[in-house]
Amino acid sequence: MPSNAFFDNYLPIAILTVIGFVFVAVSLFMSRIVRPSNMTKEKLTTYECAEVPVGDTRIHFNIQYYMIVIVFLIFDVGILFLYPWAVQLKNLGAPGFFQMVIFIEILIIGLAYAWRKEALEWTQ
Amino acid sequence: MWTGDTMTNAYELIVNILTAIGVYDQIYNLFEIFGMAYVLKILIVSVLIAVLFAFVLVTVMFLTWMERKVVALVQVRYGPMVTGPRGLLQPVMDGIKLIGKEDIIPAKADRWIFTLAPFIVFVPALLIFIPIPFGNSLIISDLRVGLLYIIAISAVSPIAVLLAGWASNNKYSLLGAMRAVAQDISYTIPLALAAIAVVIFTGSLSTVDIVNAQGDYWFGIIPKWFIFLQPIGFVLFLIASIAELGRIPFDFQESESELVAGFFTEYSGMKFAMFFLAEYAHLFAVSGIVVTLFLGGWNGPVIPFIPVQITSLVYFLIKTYAVIFFTMWLRDTVPRMRIDQLLNIGWKIMVPLALLNLLVAGFLVTAGVI
Repeated sequence: MPSNAFFDNYLPIAILTVIGFVFVAVSLFMSRIVRPSNMTKEKLTTYECAEVPVGDTRIHFNIQYYMIVIVFLIFDVGILFLYPWAVQLKNLGAPGFFQMVIFIEILIIGLAYAWRKEALEWTQ
Repeated sequence: MWTGDTMTNAYELIVNILTAIGVYDQIYNLFEIFGMAYVLKILIVSVLIAVLFAFVLVTVMFLTWMERKVVALVQVRYGPMVTGPRGLLQPVMDGIKLIGKEDIIPAKADRWIFTLAPFIVFVPALLIFIPIPFGNSLIISDLRVGLLYIIAISAVSPIAVLLAGWASNNKYSLLGAMRAVAQDISYTIPLALAAIAVVIFTGSLSTVDIVNAQGDYWFGIIPKWFIFLQPIGFVLFLIASIAELGRIPFDFQESESELVAGFFTEYSGMKFAMFFLAEYAHLFAVSGIVVTLFLGGWNGPVIPFIPVQITSLVYFLIKTYAVIFFTMWLRDTVPRMRIDQLLNIGWKIMVPLALLNLLVAGFLVTAGVI
């Protein structure tokens, strides 16, 4: 059996994941035993304020979401580089700090560009 | 076997208590005979996980009651009063009611994804609790990347929201899910940046190290909580986490007056209950993280003759409930914003402010001021 610190630290996560999934499955099953089930055609229609549903939901969607996701992706990857830097900053000293100042400057320039191009506006 | 003086997590605490009573060695030897010493460890960890799970569920039930009571308090009503003393058993009755409810899957919905979404929303809401220190050595697992783990796990919930909204095949659900995802990813950036500013001061991502770094006092009176070092970071983190939770004033994913119930419009019965439980588990977890990062975690005045594990748990819960009460109070007094205002505040005010805050924090640490 493996018995190192890494395995010990992540063992509870594995157990809790299993318990969580089992809990949801058991409670759904419990309700399946107890609940009534009397489906009618009207009950199974999609809710649309009591009207008959019009058209399909899966249509082409607003491009603005795409722009925001792209900007998010840039920042999220940038932030990944900031974690190890933040942990080690006290050891890196002034050179490490100024290198990251340049990195953050580039992120800020990117944000300003996206702002200027109106990628952050919800309505156009 | 565990040896040493410091206890870092609840497993070692249990082993320590069992050793003090004098039964651990016997149990250990019993398992050793069958060559299954590791099974004992898995057993103890499973019991701890079960305790955590029960604790979280009870807390969640209490929070649903508390939410109604706080709303009632603000609106000068009584709130639930009938079931149990002061209506305390109301969440139990809700659970019984929801178990007996019909589980409707709309004919046009994607059946598998529709059923999968409650699992994916509920399990990560539990997993966040693993590295949260509830008290001195009352932590399930002190991960070395604890803070990164918390932010990574909480980024799973937008996926579940998107699955739920897409699978329902309902226009309100889809709009609610899209808004929720746009909002979640917009506010993850200032959230993570504010957390990184704290990491600069501690030099560690472990939640236990972050709490220990806040244990001292300035001039013997003012506690060294990061809220005093990082006031801007605290405000940014609090606003961003309320937005991540999707609570008023940021509740676009389920704004009742526009989108019926947002991404879980089509859910009923126990599947709806899972979304409901996950929402309140998230609220508890996020308040715990705010306390851990900025309000000194379980630190507080030491009281003689009472074990530090108990006093620290009490301090942690008091602070956490204070944060939870604040968010509920905010819900009752602030109107909802518009979606474009929300994204403007997120990207044009909070992200630049968080970057600036990070640079200032980095400068202070590098210059050796703090």
